[in-house]
Amino acid sequence: MLNVENIREDFPILTREVHGKPLVYLDNAATTQKPIQVIDSLVEYYKNYNSNVHRGVHLLSVEATDQFELAREKISTFINAKNSELIIWTRNASESLNLVAYMWGRKNIHSGDEILVTALEHHSNLIPWQELAKEKGAFLKIIPIDGDGCLDLEAYKEMLTSKTKLVSVIHVSNAIGTINPVENMIEMAHDVGAKFLLDGAQSVPHMPIDVQDLNCDFLVFSGHKMMGPTGIGVLYAKKELLDDMDPLYTGGEMVLEVTYENATWAPLPMKFEAGTPNIADAIGLGVAVDYLTNIGMDSIHDYEKSIAEYALKKFPVLEEKGVVLFGPKDPNLRGAIFSFHTPTIHPHDLGTIMDHMGIALRTGHHCAMPLVKSLGVPATARASLYAYNTYQEVDMLIDGLIEAIEYFENGS
Amino acid sequence: MDLKRVDDLYRDKVILDHCRNPRNFGVLSNSDFVCDAVNSFCGDEIHIQINIDEYQKIINVGYQSEGCAINQATGSLISEYIHGLRINEVVEFTSYFSNIMQSKPDSVFLNQSMPDPGDLQILYRVKEFPIRIKCVLLSIEALKSGLCSDK
Repeated sequence: MLNVENIREDFPILTREVHGKPLVYLDNAATTQKPIQVIDSLVEYYKNYNSNVHRGVHLLSVEATDQFELAREKISTFINAKNSELIIWTRNASESLNLVAYMWGRKNIHSGDEILVTALEHHSNLIPWQELAKEKGAFLKIIPIDGDGCLDLEAYKEMLTSKTKLVSVIHVSNAIGTINPVENMIEMAHDVGAKFLLDGAQSVPHMPIDVQDLNCDFLVFSGHKMMGPTGIGVLYAKKELLDDMDPLYTGGEMVLEVTYENATWAPLPMKFEAGTPNIADAIGLGVAVDYLTNIGMDSIHDYEKSIAEYALKKFPVLEEKGVVLFGPKDPNLRGAIFSFHTPTIHPHDLGTIMDHMGIALRTGHHCAMPLVKSLGVPATARASLYAYNTYQEVDMLIDGLIEAIEYFENGS
Repeated sequence: MDLKRVDDLYRDKVILDHCRNPRNFGVLSNSDFVCDAVNSFCGDEIHIQINIDEYQKIINVGYQSEGCAINQATGSLISEYIHGLRINEVVEFTSYFSNIMQSKPDSVFLNQSMPDPGDLQILYRVKEFPIRIKCVLLSIEALKSGLCSDK
């Protein structure tokens, strides 16, 4: 079991106060805090070996290139990719998804083809496919969910046909916490010859992910949701898919040979990385991956499961206050992301009151407007946890919610 | 727990009163002006309908809202405030009021030609909660879009 107190000591921000109260940071699905090791690695790069990669013959450039490519190796090992040339640096999961939609989708999706996504998708795994489907005369189909926010696998099975060319699925719902059974879903997609894209933005940071074991065709995720810096994300794909894709951006870094008339592309992964890359943040993400690996992804997953179980056990006291929790009630089927509706207090008013207790929540539609709308509410309040959150903070959340609800109900 | 700071928002008698007993609540049919605004980021909505007489003076207001307490109280306060004003006065007022809301908390605004903001001044304290200013401005946005486009 991981030692939460030791972990917390690595996060300087967790000692600060908000409105005079100790910070209780429960907005990890939006972005996570960074351990001092990651922060130091950024400073270290700029202080000691800042230079461009892959070009200089001087020592600084060699050091920067080594660290930059070492970070790629770390990511590759972390998700068990066959090798690090399959790890493409992007800005974030959204950019990774758009890269696939533009460069794989526009080549491989044709009129009459079908793309499947789920009712749980974040806008980033919905809109690129909407646009692609419109452009190509293809069809975007939505795999429905049941009342608990779990996917209807029977419906999925029915929807899979020879017309299905791509299934693109959020692994863990950022809005309501559902963990989707992607192992089976990937196999089922392959049975009809479809490719499978896994949106790992909320799973790669929280559980072990093995792309070879899962056999997904694409995996996307963001660095800042896994203790890494903002502005760095990853696209993983199988080699034959990356080889088949043309680069989205062209220019420096990504070429083999250039004449005034023509150019040939550099081998993977540089084919997709035109221009000077985000060197510092890639290195920082590598350090974040070291940090997560040191704790152990199994330990993080187990810890979050037990803290989710603890929160779910406590939830009935909130139900007495009319609070409705969305998503599965079984801790095996959900991450530590809790989205709820408080009938007597609007999420924004709740968010403001909780903020003044030091508790950071997210309120709104969580970039999943169609999903939140289907829940029958205009917005939800969401608490999302990570490895540095404590059981005591869960207590503070529950007590704070009760206090806020009572405060609002009993206005004089 | 000490919630004194949010008391400024949620324990104010005027705000509470307008939240619980919204004025002019309901749809006005056959209206001369329809003013709608939606904040797509948070899902809040505000809808105001206005009837005028031959002198462009507002004689009837209908208002509906969906969203947080600040949004609802603002809609109610505004619907009361604009009653009896002329359309051009309301248009001028929306600019004046949004300037105040978007200025620093201690900025001074003197505009003798503006009608006294009355109870709407309560909303100036929302400026202490910068992220919530948009909840006030949604009503203003609705008025601007409804009054500056039609007729």
